[in-house]
Parts: sequence; structure tokens; C-alpha cells
Amino acid sequence: MNFIVCVKQVPGTTDVKINPDTNTLVREGVEAVVNPFDLYAVEEAVSLKEKLGGNVTAVSMGPPQAAEALKETIAVGVDEAVLLSDRNFGGSDTLATSYTLARAIKKIGEYDMILCGYQAIDGDTAQVGPGIAEELGIPCVTYVKKIREIKDGLVTLERMLETGFQVIEVKLPVLITVVKDINTPRLPSLRGKMKARKTEIPVWTAADIACEMDRIGQPGSPTWVRKIFAPPRKTSGRILSGELERQAKELSEELKRLQLI
Amino acid sequence: MGIRVDSSKCSGCGICQKSCPFGAISIEDRKKEHPRFKRIAVISSACTLCGACAEACPFKAISIKKEEKKPTEDLTLYKGVWVIAEMSEGNFHGVTFELLGKGRELAEKRKTYLGCVLLGVGISGKARELISAGADRVIACDDPIFKDFYDTAFVETIAAMIKEHKPEIVLLGATACGRGIASRISGRLKCGLTADCTGLDIDSNGFLVQTRPAFGGNIMAEILSGNTRPQMATVRHKVFKPLATDAEKKGEVIDFPLPGGIELNMSIKDFVKDMTQHVNIADADIIVSGGRGLGSPEGFKIIEQIAETLGGAVGASRGAVDAGWIPYSHQVGQTGRTVCPKLYIACGISGAIQHLVGMQSSDVIVAINKDPNASIFQVADYGIVGDLFQVLPALVREIEQSRK
Repeated sequence: MNFIVCVKQVPGTTDVKINPDTNTLVREGVEAVVNPFDLYAVEEAVSLKEKLGGNVTAVSMGPPQAAEALKETIAVGVDEAVLLSDRNFGGSDTLATSYTLARAIKKIGEYDMILCGYQAIDGDTAQVGPGIAEELGIPCVTYVKKIREIKDGLVTLERMLETGFQVIEVKLPVLITVVKDINTPRLPSLRGKMKARKTEIPVWTAADIACEMDRIGQPGSPTWVRKIFAPPRKTSGRILSGELERQAKELSEELKRLQLI
Repeated sequence: MGIRVDSSKCSGCGICQKSCPFGAISIEDRKKEHPRFKRIAVISSACTLCGACAEACPFKAISIKKEEKKPTEDLTLYKGVWVIAEMSEGNFHGVTFELLGKGRELAEKRKTYLGCVLLGVGISGKARELISAGADRVIACDDPIFKDFYDTAFVETIAAMIKEHKPEIVLLGATACGRGIASRISGRLKCGLTADCTGLDIDSNGFLVQTRPAFGGNIMAEILSGNTRPQMATVRHKVFKPLATDAEKKGEVIDFPLPGGIELNMSIKDFVKDMTQHVNIADADIIVSGGRGLGSPEGFKIIEQIAETLGGAVGASRGAVDAGWIPYSHQVGQTGRTVCPKLYIACGISGAIQHLVGMQSSDVIVAINKDPNASIFQVADYGIVGDLFQVLPALVREIEQSRK
């Protein structure tokens, strides 16, 4: 079985804030990491490969430094990795990103299963996984919490919904997006770290994966950000004052007046 | 890519570097000597053209030229605001009515109709509910294929409906099912899609303005997708409010035949209902939530006590859940549940926006926190600055006193 895992490099903390008075960003200690949900996808692919044999390829789109994220996946057992990096990819929204990753997957070639984290922590959209499946024209199962069995070209898995889970049988090849419950990602071994350090991550550009130029980057993105701003403040609120007992009393009276208690 | 730093204007001051949410700007030494400035801003490929730097630059040295994407078809052919109804076990998901409420407002601003897509089996009696909730037209497809939730059947049918009826806006609930099909539909139609919007409006060009939190919710972004149709967005449960039901409201039902050739590429063998989720904070009228300020798992005892006194449910911030003090099912916020109770009491929660977006539409918000500068006070109707371990017992006493 051949597995492809899509990973994204994201800011390590979400402590990016806007100073509402000056409308400028305050960033503290933002270092890049592999999107945590993607680590579950990597672990699932690697452990399936160990059980069933085959090959795991990781792919990421991002600036040159995203190669570090791919090295981390090699340290935990991914066989090969490829980085998609090109200034022409800049400004991509989820549709353009899905297209670009799908082009790279076509170039990688034969695959039985594509795995993605169900969403990235910086965008929270959960749109790229299904978007890749749509572009490739293969089935897609989101929110997978368990792979029960892979047999005779069929995979049986559990898909989490709000009120429970579905048991689904689907033909390979398939794209799945995984949630936290699916496994516990391993830590890199010393040997893995050595291998990661030695590995050169190949970089593919838009030309390498034969992209239509009007489908990538900003020209290929139907959505655009018009502006960013600090979340609005409430103006009607008030801070109580006085002795603690008096504040508690006042609050209790207010809640009673509003018929909340 | 269309971002340029004008080297004759850039002073190398670094203000743009601080403003960049993506860390895409570095201040480097100039290769060529500038008569006044030795340094210059350099923009790397991590840039997403968001425009924050251009706005921040005091010298107007950064310009962004976005390639004007010309619409490939006549956009005026697209009319109507659509909501995709979601059902489970024969009942509509609450988000459907909330979207109809918001959709009504958008449709009136655009002077068009509000449509609602209804897919299911044996649904003939259900259209009335949607009309009473605000829909002018229900586009319905009644077929056994919709008995179970097969993405493909929904994607194929909704895409066919959109191609034929050409709505300008399509809204879906940001549920597990809704998010998956929304992405596939937008991929098929090559139109824009914005996830988890917390605000929707129409701008002066008649475009849909989609506001959503970014970076864990610490920043809000306004997103447009006005050059393609339809403009698609998903919205979480409890973000918008439904309209009051109007049983007299008139509306029409359009039957849409199931498109031919739908191939189900998977089979749903079973559905196992989760019986462990007994704390349903999404439906509670009163929620008392605790955050990192509780200091330990034991801190939740006092939260439980006041929740019990008020007859409410216990919520938690991501910080408290990540610390392992309380299970994930209690988490309120962007990566947890979005809630909208009548009363929300936040105790020891600083108010990261990822939490605020999950509870700020509550009717009345009370915040108790030691730090007078905590952002939670920005959304609170009543704030008490103080130690929650002193404030809460006093509050319990007062409430019990007032009931006597």
C-alpha cells in the first residue's frame, strides 16, 4: 500500500493579537511547527505501512522553511517528502491550495490512501482535505476516528459525527481526514532524527507539477481578505466596584432583575 | 506576486515587520546604498497578500496589486440567497433555522428571495417548517438515497440545483457533514468558500462580506469572494438567531428531480449513537465556565457548586481542558462548542478570542477575574475584578439569600 500524507507548517502558538488601539499586530514567540492534527495522519500512515508494507510520502506546500516540518515527519517514519514552494503559490486560499496539492499528488503517482489532519490550527477551515479529494475525483471520508480493517481493496472505518459515529466501508483509493482519537503519535527515534537531518527535501515549483497558472496562488483563489481587525469591544458592560460582598449583592440583584435567577 | 516595497520610500523602520501576521517580512541591509536609509523591508514567500503591512506602513512604501480576476460569466444572472437545510433523524438541525434568520436579512438587503434546499426521504411535510422560518422558496428533492448521509449524493444534487437555479449566496451549517460537502461543492463549481463565519453582511458592491476569526480567533478577517458565484459560507450552530416562526408566511415548493448517474462510492454500515455526552452545554440556558484561573482540577468544584445553585451547566476554556482538569466535552470556544445561553458566567477565564467567539453571543455575560485588563471584560455585561475563590462563595450566599 502506498500512502500520501499532507502536512502544513503552522505558527506554534496562536498568541497573535491585535492591539485594538493602534490596530497593529503583537506577535510573541511565534515559532513554526507541524500542524498538530497532521501528526495523527502521519502516525496512522506510518503504522499502517509497518503493518501492511508499502511506502509513505509526505507533501507540504509553503515557504522554503516548511522543509523543516517535512523533516519532522521523516524523523517519525515517513519514507519520502516533497515540498511545494514557489512565489506563485502565494496568496492561495483553500481552493487553490487543494488544486496545488492535488497536482503534486498526481505527480507522486500511485497511491491507495491519502491522509490529512481534519483541519489546521491556524485556519480551522477543514476545507483542504475534501477539496483535494474533489480535485482528484476520489471518495473522501472526514473526521475518521478509527481504521478498523483494510482488506481486498476495501477499508472499513469509523467517522465521527456530532451525535455518534458512522461505520463506513469504502473502496481504495480514498482520502481521509483524521481526528485526535485515532492514535497517539510516536516521538522521533534517534535514528529517525539522524535520517531527517541527512535528508534533502526536494522542492517542486508550479512548473514541476504542471499547474495551470490561473488556478494557483492569488489568481486561482476566489476568496480574498479585505481587511483584518481586532475583535470589537462591548461598550455597554460595566465593572462593579466597592466591597466584595456589596459587588456580589449587586450582581445577584441585577441577575434577579433580568429574571435570570 | 503583486506586493512591492518602494525602495525610495522605505526607511527600514520595521513597523511592517511587526504588523505581519505571517512573519513574512524581514528588515535587511540594502544592497545599494540609499542616501538616507541603510535598511529595507524584504518580503518572503510566506506572504499571503493580506494587506496588513501596507496599512501599517507610515511611508506608504508597500503596495499590493491584486490581479483583478475578471468574472468569467454574467454575475447578474445569479439571484437569491440559499440555505442548505440539514436534518438528522427526521428533524432539522437548529443551525438551519439560524441560517434562515440571517439569510432573510441578506435576501432583503439584496432585494431577492430566500431559498432553502431540502434533501431527504419522505419530506413532503417538512417544507412548511422552512417557510414558517423565513424561506420564500423550498427547493426539495425527495429520494431514498438521502436516508443516510452520503456526501456524494448531497454534493451531486446540490451542485446540480445551483447550476440550474443560480443562487448568488449559499449558506451551510459548519457541522461535520456541512463542512465536508461545502468544500466539495465549492471545488466542483470553482467558487469561493469561507468557513465558520461569525458575521455576514452585504457591502456597497452587493458582495457578501464574510467575517471570521483567524489565528485562533485573536484577529478577525473580512473575506470577500465577489468575483465568482455563488458566494459560499459555513456558519456554526448558535452564532445567529432564528426568526420567530410565522405560520401564515407564504412560500412555494419546487420539486427537483434526483440527478441521474449518482454513484455512491462507499457504504454506510452502521451508526453508533454516543451515549456518553450527557453534558450538553450547547442547549443549556445558564453556563458557568472555569478557566486556568481555577489553578487546579479541584477548582472546578466551586464552579459545579454555583452551576448547581443556578441550575446551569459547567463549561470550560481550552486552557482548563488542555491542562486535563475537565473533559473536552465541556470546552467552549472555537475548537469546542459554540454556546448561546441566557446567562454565561466566566470565572478565571482571560478571554482569548478563540474562547470569546464561542460565547460572545450569550444574552448576558458575567466575568470574574483577578486581572482588570483581561480581555474577557471587553465582552462582559457585568465584571467583578477579584479572586474568584472569594467572589463565588459570596455570590452563592447572595443568590440563596435572595431566594428566601
